[in-house]
Amino acid sequence: MSNSFFEVLRAGVNTTYQDKGRFSMQHIGIPPGGCADNKSFLVSNAIVRNEKPIGVIEFAYQGPLLKLIKGKTKIAITGNVNFKIIYKNKEIIEGDCNRSYNLDEGDQIDILATKESTYGYFSVEGGFDLDTFCSSVSTLVKAKIGPNDGSKIQLGDKIKINTNRKNNNNHKSNISHNKTNIIRVLKGPQYNYFSEESKKIFFSNFYKVTNLTDRMGMRLEGKVLKNIINTNIRSEGITKGAIQVPADGQPIVLLTDHPTIGGYPKIANVISADYDLLVQKIPGTKISFKCIDLQEAEQLYKNRQVSISEIIKNIKEIN
Amino acid sequence: MFNKLNNIGDSAVVCDFGDEVNQEVNNRVIKLFHHLKKQSSLGNIKGILNCIPSYNKLIISFDLQKINSDKVINFINSIDLPSLNLDQDKKEWTIPICYDFGLDLISMSKQLKLDKEEIISIHSKSIFFVYMIGFVPGHPFMGDLDSKLFLNRLKTPRVKVPPGSVGVVEKFCNIYPYETPGGWNIIGKTPIKLFNNKDSSKPCLLSPGDKVKFKPISKEEFDNYKNE
Repeated sequence: MSNSFFEVLRAGVNTTYQDKGRFSMQHIGIPPGGCADNKSFLVSNAIVRNEKPIGVIEFAYQGPLLKLIKGKTKIAITGNVNFKIIYKNKEIIEGDCNRSYNLDEGDQIDILATKESTYGYFSVEGGFDLDTFCSSVSTLVKAKIGPNDGSKIQLGDKIKINTNRKNNNNHKSNISHNKTNIIRVLKGPQYNYFSEESKKIFFSNFYKVTNLTDRMGMRLEGKVLKNIINTNIRSEGITKGAIQVPADGQPIVLLTDHPTIGGYPKIANVISADYDLLVQKIPGTKISFKCIDLQEAEQLYKNRQVSISEIIKNIKEIN
Repeated sequence: MFNKLNNIGDSAVVCDFGDEVNQEVNNRVIKLFHHLKKQSSLGNIKGILNCIPSYNKLIISFDLQKINSDKVINFINSIDLPSLNLDQDKKEWTIPICYDFGLDLISMSKQLKLDKEEIISIHSKSIFFVYMIGFVPGHPFMGDLDSKLFLNRLKTPRVKVPPGSVGVVEKFCNIYPYETPGGWNIIGKTPIKLFNNKDSSKPCLLSPGDKVKFKPISKEEFDNYKNE
């Protein structure tokens, strides 16, 4: 245990502790949770040389302004984020994502905003000092589960860090992010509830990401999908990436903190390999869906895993 | 055993036990749920992330890095469910309820053409079966209510249902653990907590397959309960 800690001078919009998530609990109503963008989460930990992917701070749109009140640490920000480091001697630098920086007592990090993306990640060497709930530090705000009494990070909070910086070496990743707005899906369990025309519409039209989007779900707006069987089903378990269509015919993609059980028909499921890409789409983005088969989805996921391992392996020391 | 076994997306499969919703079907769902949990904890199947029982389905999500749909489906197909003798820890609970907080009791009384007292008597004498838990943490879906009390959802759902509220729709009864929107007819309110976010080892009071009986309490007892 170190005595190092940050103080929160501005909390940001939606700033929470997250890790890989919380499993084996969906039968009592707890969704997997965890970092929305898993790739950025993994790389963020690797850049500060954490051996395992441990808890980070996730922010959406606007991030926090943090001051290191005590100690010295090494930090990194991943995603596509505009941030500044304000050193104690008043020197200010524009930060680059995907590399580490050393911070000393009195330094501040001002995470201004994400650019053309929703989520960014802030990690520190050695991780944050947090209490786990059911083996995870992920925050589920809706149910007040996780560190900080399950709340978002707030103004004045003290953010404790496990260790002090061990050395001054910094590292950089060459991570790149896919820019496409085509999201690949598999047919959903109630695909045949929809008219032939609606199935065609779903795969040939754009759907706009609306403002009604958060960690629970992404509401889309586009041509109405017509249900020809029943607009409700017997409530059943929900999985991340399911695309449900309520009676109004507008699809909703269920995201990381989704309700665990739901009663709307599901037209499709986003493939695991494209999930991170999808959650980073900001309101106003026009996305389209492409149908593929299970085998291809599994292969794409393997490719994704290989690519993340490569990114982590290729993290290089700088300066 | 079950009617269909399919993939849902690339990292989950669903066992569909048919369209009927009754305790017999749900007991089979819960039996498979317990069996898979056990096999997963014994390491006989790797990569299972969540088993999610509902009325008539069991959905199993997994880590695509460790296993895939085909392997999970083969594993489930190799299980001889009827021959399993599982020692399921099914509990019976008595949950206090104060009917003075029944926000919809008057309108229920009109719709059902029954006195408030009769509604309360039928509800508090029923023994409920926990079909599943979910939507939000700790939220039980229970049945079966006497057909005399069958009602549809509210035409306009409430934006905020007070936590602890007990609702009924058709043959089902639920308890809202949090203040959430909701469209069920509110018959009363319980002072007990269904979900404890401080208890990592057993955060959720009820489990699928448990039985629940409601015990009427007065407003005064409700307040005392709250203060304990």
